[in-house]
Amino acid sequence: MQPKKKTLRPIVTGSSVLGIKYKDGVILASDTLGSYGSLARFRDIRRIVPITKHTVIGGTGEFSDFQEITKILRQKIIENQELVESGKEEDELLPSEIHSYLSRVLYGRRNKFNPLWNDVVVAGFEKGKVHMGTVDLWGSYFEDDIIATGYGTYFALPLMRKAYKKDMERDKALEVLRDCLTVLFYRDCRTINRYVFAEITKEGVNITEPVEIETKWEIADWQEGKL
Amino acid sequence: MFRTQYDSDISIYSPEGRLYQIEYAMQAVAQGSTALGLKSKTHAVVVTLMRSSDELSSHQRKIFKVDGHMGIAISGLTADARVLLKFMRNETLHHKFVYGSDLPTGEVVSSLAMKSQRNTQRWGRRPYGVGLLVIGYDGGKTHLYQTSPSGNCFSYYAQAIGSRSQSARTYLEKNFKAFPELGLEELVLHGVKALKESSGKETLTKLNVGIAVVGKEQKFEILKPNKVQTYLDQILQTEGEIEIENENENEKDEEAETLELKLD
Repeated sequence: MQPKKKTLRPIVTGSSVLGIKYKDGVILASDTLGSYGSLARFRDIRRIVPITKHTVIGGTGEFSDFQEITKILRQKIIENQELVESGKEEDELLPSEIHSYLSRVLYGRRNKFNPLWNDVVVAGFEKGKVHMGTVDLWGSYFEDDIIATGYGTYFALPLMRKAYKKDMERDKALEVLRDCLTVLFYRDCRTINRYVFAEITKEGVNITEPVEIETKWEIADWQEGKL
Repeated sequence: MFRTQYDSDISIYSPEGRLYQIEYAMQAVAQGSTALGLKSKTHAVVVTLMRSSDELSSHQRKIFKVDGHMGIAISGLTADARVLLKFMRNETLHHKFVYGSDLPTGEVVSSLAMKSQRNTQRWGRRPYGVGLLVIGYDGGKTHLYQTSPSGNCFSYYAQAIGSRSQSARTYLEKNFKAFPELGLEELVLHGVKALKESSGKETLTKLNVGIAVVGKEQKFEILKPNKVQTYLDQILQTEGEIEIENENENEKDEEAETLELKLD
């Protein structure tokens, strides 16, 4: 008899993904760490990837499942290109359609008790507006102007909610994200100080190279002589 | 050369390279009553003539809704049309469930074409004996497609199918260049006028004329008989106006004659 083959628990995991809408588009941010339990094993992975010219996805949770999701979605884009008559770029699948499709896929997997163990952020530009939301390993679909997955929901989301204003400036949005990423680096034990930002505007997608953010570790208690 | 040797099986070509079964199926479409479609930049319209087999029966429906943004008008075997309609409704519903959006008209028509072609290449199956005019509004554009038993699908500015459709087609060919900029009311009027060309001896009434519209900020809607009547009235009125104009011209001539007499 064949052994049962399904996801029991996540092995190589990614931590939070953050997303915030601003005046001209949306910015996502994540670190570049793939943790192997408590070991910081893979220190330069990409947990935010482009799917089409106008859509990106970011993934928390089991990294191999995130790679699988990337494959599934990119394959769907190619299949759709063959169906669409015009062959024009603007007629390819929209971010909201990709988001909807992914939620059906994840829900189907959860029904078979073999989930893709992820919390995925889908963000993109369609019809002059930003679309952003999440889908999780149970197939729950959610849309909002500010998004956080993993530990980000506990640490970053309250900070983002306080700072968020509709149609905020780009610099302000980046400042909020950097602030949240710093907090997460201080408090989430499965993070590293190496981040990637993905910006989507009507022009398209731009994903940065990894950067470091300054952190302060001089706390009175730890300074010599101060305790 | 008797073509009956090569026409009883879909899987047999004639020496001239024709599949007669498909052509006979298209003949079934041509026997159905007229259905025509036309579109502008903002709306697409179908107009049909609904037959009734006798005074006691209802008129055969020829227009069906596929989804909020798409509908069809049929000509030919109604039972076959129902099968294709069910297929189209399934496809659009599935797309909405998975992607959360309207299925583009062109995609469902392509699937329909593939499905129709399968029946022209399988032993033991016959082609669908029905032609569809598919109208839809998606991606900010209007669409009008014709499908046929052969599996061919084409996009049209305007088209008519069924019996006596050539007269309607001639009217549409004469007028189609003006269609893109027209508003909904004028577009429907053209459709009804085109139908009148194919109606022959049959009088157009609100019971035997079917009209459906779809377009920008207009979900697919089959017009109620009273609304249909308003368009028929406008057609009759224009004809009446032409008669009245002629009368007025005659009166003017009489006045001129009297004046001349007075000058004398």
